[in-house]
Amino acid sequence: MLVRVLPFARIREIVGSGRLERDAPEGATAGDVWRALANDFPALGELAASTRLVRNGAFVDAAAPLGDGDELGLLPPYGGG
Amino acid sequence: MFFDITDRPLEIEPLIRAVRSDATGGLVTFVGYVRDRSDDDRPVDGLSYEAHRELALDELRAIGAEASTRFGPARVAIVHRIGELGLGEAAVAIAVAAAHRGAAFDACEYAIDELKRRVPIWKKERYLDGDARWRENAG
Repeated sequence: MLVRVLPFARIREIVGSGRLERDAPEGATAGDVWRALANDFPALGELAASTRLVRNGAFVDAAAPLGDGDELGLLPPYGGG
Repeated sequence: MFFDITDRPLEIEPLIRAVRSDATGGLVTFVGYVRDRSDDDRPVDGLSYEAHRELALDELRAIGAEASTRFGPARVAIVHRIGELGLGEAAVAIAVAAAHRGAAFDACEYAIDELKRRVPIWKKERYLDGDARWRENAG
């Protein structure tokens, strides 16, 4: 299945794009897709535990299942204000 | 109540107008500016902000509602700037109106503290030497 990945801020800079399409096996979770991306971009490793996951506009935990065409937002630690 | 994420320069007066009413006895504002030194004392040239706009607006609304419930009733307006900001430009503006000053001060402090902790906005510091770095809030 195809997952549309939306990386923000530092993650976007590391992967070089604000929008990626990633192939994922059926039954993959949000955490699976995030870990697979971190494997491809080792610089993401330090953000592994602190990044928040968003499925189709709502926060989810790493165990949340993804479906074909779902959007997965990757939000590193915040710096507003 | 008024909440926004904008790439336009911030002004405090529209926020004051949005929250003040005849029930207002005290009104507190907070404005956060781009300053010329980083926390680790490097000369700063400017800041770049980006946001997850929808989630950031949701969170700002939630913070405003909480601030009113906890300390108010209070009327809250919060606007955060995104994009490229130079020295001295306002990055965030908050106005809180309540019947008395205590509630307005407390709700305003709550709003900026929670914004820094919970709202999906990111900041990159650009330094005079040409270097740049993403800066995260504590906690």
